[in-house]
Amino acid sequence: MNAHTPSDRAPILAVHNISKQFGGIRAVNNVSFEVRKGEILGLIGPNGSGKSTLFNCILGQLKPTTGHCEINGKSTDGVRPADLSLMGVGRTFQQLSVFPKMTVLDNVILAGQEHEGTMLSRLFGKPDAGLTGKAEQLIEFFRLTPYRDTEAGSLSYGQQKLVDAAMAFMAGPGIVLLDEPAGGVNLTMLANLKERLQTYNREHGTTFVVIEHNMEFVMSLCTRIIVLAQGEIIAEGSPEEIRSNQMVIDAYLGG
Amino acid sequence: MKPLTLILLGLALVALILAPIGQGNYIVYTLSSWLLFSISAMGLNLTLGYAGQVSLAQAGFMGIGAYITALMTLAGIHWVVAAGVSISSCFAVGLLLGWPALRVQHHFLAFVTLAFNTLLFLVLRNEEEVTGGSFGLVGMPRPDFFGLSTMSNLNFYYFSLVCFLIAVAVMWGILRSPWGRAFKALRENPIRAESLGLKIRRQTLLAFAIGSAFGGLAGAMQAPLVQFIEPGSFGLIHSLKILLMVVVGGSGFFFGPMLGAAVVILLPELLRFTEGYYLMIYAALVIVLMVFSPNGLIGAGQKIWLKFKPKHEARRDMQKGFQL
Amino acid sequence: MAELLQIIISGLAAGSIYALAAVGFTLLWQASQTINFAQGEFVMLPAFFVLVGLGFGLPLWAAILLGLGASLLILGVAFKKLIVEPMLPHGTLPLVIATIALGLLMKESVKELYGATAQPFPAIFPQTVYNVFGASVSVQDICNLVVSMLAIGGLQLFLSRTRTGRCMQASAQNPAVAEILGVDVKRMVMYTFLINAALATIASVLISPIYLAKFSNGETLGLVAFIAAIVGGFNQIRGALVGGLLIGVIDNLSAVYISAEYRSAMPMILLIAIILLRPQGLLGTKEGRTV
Repeated sequence: MNAHTPSDRAPILAVHNISKQFGGIRAVNNVSFEVRKGEILGLIGPNGSGKSTLFNCILGQLKPTTGHCEINGKSTDGVRPADLSLMGVGRTFQQLSVFPKMTVLDNVILAGQEHEGTMLSRLFGKPDAGLTGKAEQLIEFFRLTPYRDTEAGSLSYGQQKLVDAAMAFMAGPGIVLLDEPAGGVNLTMLANLKERLQTYNREHGTTFVVIEHNMEFVMSLCTRIIVLAQGEIIAEGSPEEIRSNQMVIDAYLGG
Repeated sequence: MKPLTLILLGLALVALILAPIGQGNYIVYTLSSWLLFSISAMGLNLTLGYAGQVSLAQAGFMGIGAYITALMTLAGIHWVVAAGVSISSCFAVGLLLGWPALRVQHHFLAFVTLAFNTLLFLVLRNEEEVTGGSFGLVGMPRPDFFGLSTMSNLNFYYFSLVCFLIAVAVMWGILRSPWGRAFKALRENPIRAESLGLKIRRQTLLAFAIGSAFGGLAGAMQAPLVQFIEPGSFGLIHSLKILLMVVVGGSGFFFGPMLGAAVVILLPELLRFTEGYYLMIYAALVIVLMVFSPNGLIGAGQKIWLKFKPKHEARRDMQKGFQL
Repeated sequence: MAELLQIIISGLAAGSIYALAAVGFTLLWQASQTINFAQGEFVMLPAFFVLVGLGFGLPLWAAILLGLGASLLILGVAFKKLIVEPMLPHGTLPLVIATIALGLLMKESVKELYGATAQPFPAIFPQTVYNVFGASVSVQDICNLVVSMLAIGGLQLFLSRTRTGRCMQASAQNPAVAEILGVDVKRMVMYTFLINAALATIASVLISPIYLAKFSNGETLGLVAFIAAIVGGFNQIRGALVGGLLIGVIDNLSAVYISAEYRSAMPMILLIAIILLRPQGLLGTKEGRTV
């Protein structure tokens, strides 16, 4: 696998002047940014800064009041979740999202099967849709091989987070949106998750957009960070730049 | 598959083969009837138990299958061809009915199928020239296979058994396919499933159409079994009966429909002493079952089984400990 | 022309009774996501309570009060407490099936305990027929129409003008928020079930003199109530009202102008057309799609 250098290609995700108003409240105000292939972008901000709203606009779940988002040049406005996945966008959820009564292997195969063949070939084709090998590779990658045939629901919380991540990667997406991946995960598991995500990014050139509360995690994972406060971008830059930015410190310390 | 499961399935098959031997005509006939209702209920289980949609037209689909088969076999066409046409017609009607109904939320499919079953009944009763009206159709021949006649009830039972085993194998294959996996996922976490590319509406529609096709096969078997069909055999009340089979057995369980069909067919015999009160008792039992075990008899059995297996609880506590 | 007027008036009269059942159906759905497949039987049953009361020698008004009381108790309180409440956590599907079974239970009970033959039911209003512009218009029809309209209008006023009514609406729209605002959501839901039982009783008492009281009356009534609710717009009282009236008129028109054989097919065809062309119903607003 060759390494990809960021920022030498067209943006994979482009956010154009997005605003979102709920009644009289402006949750997101005229936000624009681009993400290039291979980047790991962190989207942070205090509670109520509008990052979740923005995230949902990007995913096509919320219709922005003005502006639009493009992924690989295609607008995500009003796209159904299934079609977004078929457009090559992977995602994880804030709350745990595995299929608890299916084995880890089945979870991961499921994540890829809808991208193969047609409804009919899925009906009459091989039970594993020819994906066992690929799924096992991902399971191996996330160090879950001992749990291959375990029901996902009986794994620890951190392990389930890894299954969740493996599922997000199974269809080989160009971009993956991670919603609070560190939430509720213990420190050892967190280091493991971060290291695996970085390795995956290095090996496959997959772009990540990460929403996160855990500052340490974001700072060490991301290559670039955007800080939102009261619906607007107040800072943007490398982790080092953000760390020393006075506006960011003020926003977080209630300035 | 575990060896124990295989042995149990083998025993079940032997039991099915031996069941009618030495029995009187009535029992053999009832057993055949159980097999065909199991097929119909299996189809409805796909719609109800796996896709979570209520269809109230399963008897209607059996009616379509039965009338097509009756008309074709009376015209001298072989049963296999007639059954094929019956199954594909039901599949097509299922697609046509389900497509609009599944565009909207709530249990609209339930209403559309309810209306459809009622309409179908009217058409069967009123279009006398084709369907024979309320007098129905009589004298459908029982099919021959390679010179073997299925005229005797015993032979017809084995013919039904073969159809049943084929249907079971097809259903088993469907549920094991990627498509069946998608259903499991859909039941456990629809939002996550959709985010992984699963098109819920198309999936549900196909389930309903396939479920309806199973109804068509059951109907195609009913015509030669009963050798007399009339609109009343395919009214709404019969759709409800099949729905109850699925629910009583345990919707979403593979063997639920077979168990449910047995209960629904046998219960009238067991409750014969209650005379007219039979349906009352029956309806009351269903309500009680729904209140205490919405997953039917198999679900109730599982609950009891889990109660006697304290291991499970202990393990969950340990997991909680790990998380802390 | 005179014939048409006559058909439309009697259609509206029948339709207004369907509307009563449809409104109750809609209210239950809004308040507790209960799709009551036994709604037709809910309308069939109160007439028999009244008949039992009459059998004890009660005067008609007292028998009707008795019927109302029994309906509130059985179709309201017992239905909510014994069937809906324990089943809500299991999702809508088991409840759908339980109400189907409940309908069957009610029907069979009446058949076994009271009898399978249609029972004459005393008319509340005079059955005199007047000639208006050449059309024969029965006083009974007009009275039925007026009583139903008053009941639905009164309900609408209650829901929009009184504190309890507004609390009920709040509970139906967003139970979590209503709870936070101090509304006793459980009690509001119970009120809804009681209102449904009362509406069913009114419908029963109005319709039984026309169709006679019979155990199987619920089959068509229930279907018509569902269809009226869907045609009008599943989430609105106004919608259920319009749907009920429309079906009453269409039903009468098709009996005369299309064919008696396919008369009962018309509401079904209307239902399928609505679901195809305007799934949110005539007056409904779009809700999110799930499937």
